This record gives sequence, structure tokens and C-alpha cells, in this order.
Amino acid sequence: MTKQHFKLTVNGEAVDVLSEPRELLIHTLREQLNITGPHIGCDTSHCGACTVDLDGKSVKSCTVFVAQANGADITTIEGLGDPDNLHVLQEAFKEHHGLQCGFCTPGMITRAHRLLQENPNPTEEEIRFGISGNICRCTGYQNIVKAISAAADELNAAKEAAQ
Amino acid sequence: MIPAAFDYHRPTTTADAVKIISEHGDEARVIAGGHSLIPMMKLRMTDIAHLVDLQSIEELKGITVDGGTVTIGAMTTQHELLENTALIKAAPIVKEAALLIADPQVRYVGTIGGNVANGDPVNDMPGLMQTLDASFTLVGPNGSREVKARDFYEAAYFTAREEDEILTAISFATTSDGYAYEKQKRKIGDYATAAAGVLISKQGGTCSSASIALTNLSDIPVYCEEAVEILTGSSLDADAVTAATQAAVNASDPQEDNRGPVEFKKHCAKTVVRRAIERAISRA
Repeated sequence: MTKQHFKLTVNGEAVDVLSEPRELLIHTLREQLNITGPHIGCDTSHCGACTVDLDGKSVKSCTVFVAQANGADITTIEGLGDPDNLHVLQEAFKEHHGLQCGFCTPGMITRAHRLLQENPNPTEEEIRFGISGNICRCTGYQNIVKAISAAADELNAAKEAAQ
Repeated sequence: MIPAAFDYHRPTTTADAVKIISEHGDEARVIAGGHSLIPMMKLRMTDIAHLVDLQSIEELKGITVDGGTVTIGAMTTQHELLENTALIKAAPIVKEAALLIADPQVRYVGTIGGNVANGDPVNDMPGLMQTLDASFTLVGPNGSREVKARDFYEAAYFTAREEDEILTAISFATTSDGYAYEKQKRKIGDYATAAAGVLISKQGGTCSSASIALTNLSDIPVYCEEAVEILTGSSLDADAVTAATQAAVNASDPQEDNRGPVEFKKHCAKTVVRRAIERAISRA
């Protein structure tokens, strides 16, 4: 099967990858682009560890072919913050102990980021429903929910201060 | 898991998509959101030489409410169904059901067309579309035709859609009275152990019309004609509700699987049907 060129924008940078259409987006990100934040947890579209933002939607990149993503604008955890400049959500997960082993965290934060774009002031129930496509086997979710709620408060306070 | 290789097509019109699937026959499959198809491809349980992606066909997208008719393009996502205020007003049962499908990530890409066309008995939209007495538009090389949702399903994964046809749109009448979609599932993201959609209209103290259909309680969705007849014309009293619930359970034909034995599924069916009827009455 011949490889083809696919154009993506990943974390603000235009990239051109040479792949077979059947390549899954998670493999394109991890193996071709060395973007290893999105993880392969279940590989069956259940766990959400591979969640990335694609054209403003949270998607499981283990269940998207690179060909389907041709032309898309993708944001991964690497596009939200970095160790010297953590995103508000990353800081909140750190402060509120929203992770233990950390494997689900990139998907969890990328999903939470989209959730807060759509609903900047979610209730606890809305947070729980909003992250129901992401599985965490360590925390019991309590501190993840707390962290997302705290990040929402901080983002809203910053928005108010800016006005 | 890596699927077998395929040629990828991304047509921009329905006509072009039909042309591609007509040329390649059973070697071609259309893909919508892909969250049923891609897992099957990764497991190599399906063999597709030509994958025809419908995502760039604008005419397959969008929701219109025109007078008393709702029309939804096949490529409209579950997420879009949840956000559309005109649809929520015209047929609130759609939102109630769509919220129970899968999880947020799947709803962003999963489409109503894929959900109804796949013919998988576990999907929620086929039962909902039978509740709404919806019509499906199918477009093939010889033009388009309409098939009623209640006539569309033949057996698990077998539908009235021909191999060279694409399901392009869904339409149904707006609803104005009581509605409910009730689903029993093991956890968020799971398919139904049992689910039921119910519509009820009342005039004075009498039920003027009703509709009841079941999800995942047979190898196809089940429209419960006898239960509907019991409710219609009744005063929706406890006896009528009990008799209609039993009639719906009698119409079901669940199979034992990892969601439980037949007896358990019938028990769940009874519970979801009763709850759906009672909630629909309370909203009528």
C-alpha cells in the first residue's frame, strides 16, 4: 500500500506526514511526530488516554485514521503547557493531587480543556458527565473533579480581572 | 491494533460517493464517525478495500425544522443533536436519547446516520426512530427513495438499504406532548441492556395517540403495536399502563449475552418500559 502525504496542524505547527491512510492518528502523533503525551491505554476507544483536540472536538485518536484527520487542527497536552509554564489545568491537577500514576492525565486534561471551553462554569455533576469518556484507575476521580473545578474558578477569575 | 490496508476516498458530493461505492461493490464501505466501523477494522473482522469518508459532504449535514417536520442530515453528530435548540424544542426526546449514547468523545464524531444505518441492534437511534415513526432517505445510482424506520430493519446488520445506497437524511414529525427515552446500562459508554422510547398525547383525560419502541431487546428494534393499541383510547390508568408494559415485554425477544440471561433482560425491559410510559404521561 502506498504512502501518501497528509497535512495536519499540530499544536499550532503545520506538519506534513507520509503515512498509509490506515495509520491511526495516535500512531502518527507518537511514532512519526514524537508527540508522546497522548497515550495508548485500551486501543479500543474506551479509556480516553489517547484523547486529543481535533478541530475543537475531543476525540479518541486511537479511533481516527490519519487520512480522516487530513487538514485538521490538532491540540495535544503538549500544546496546552510545558514544564516551565504549566497550563492552569496542569497546575490544578498538581495542586489538588488529580493524578497518581499519571497515565490517564494527558487525555483527562485535554478533555477537561475542551469541556471548560464549552462550559466555563460546570457543576460537579457536569464535570463528571463531561469526563465520562476518560477512565482513571488510580484516583477514584474525586481529586480530578476538584482539580477541574479549581481550574474553572481560576480561569473565570482571570477572565474577570482582564475585563 | 492495525487494520488491513485500504484505499481512502473523501468525496465532496453524495453523487460522487454513490459513484465510488457503485464502482467497487461490496469492496467499498462508507465511513461516518467510524466508532463502530474502525474498531471492527482494527479487529480485522471486516474487510474493506475502499473506504469512502463522508465527512466533506456538506449536503449530508445539518438540522432543519420546517413547519411540522424535522429533517436531520445523516452526518449530523450526536453532539450537534444535543446543542441544537430548534431540535430540542421540536422533539426533546432526541436529546434525552442522545445524552445516553456512549461518551462525550464518541458523541463528537458519532453520527445519527451511522447509528441508524449500521443495523446494529445495540444502537439507540433505530429504536428512537421507530418511536418517532421516522423516514430514512436512501440515495443510490437510480435516485432516491424513502423507507420507514419501522420497515428498515430486517435482522442484525441487515437492513432495507442496498449495497450501493447511502442513507442521506432522516425526517420525522415534530412531537408536542409527552415523551421519554429510558435506558438501562451497566455503565456510561455501554450499550443498553434494555431501553425504550415512548410518546404519548392526551386529549381531555384520554390518550389520543401513543408510540412505543424497544432498543436491544431483539435482533432488530421492536415497535410495540399491541402496547400502543392498549394505551390509545385509554385513560392512561394504572391497569392500562400495566397491560401495555406487559404487551411490550411480550413483543421483545432478547438473547442471553454478557449483559445477562433472557429473564433478566425481560425484567429490565419491564422496568424501562414502565418508567418510560410513566414519565411520558407525566409530561403529556
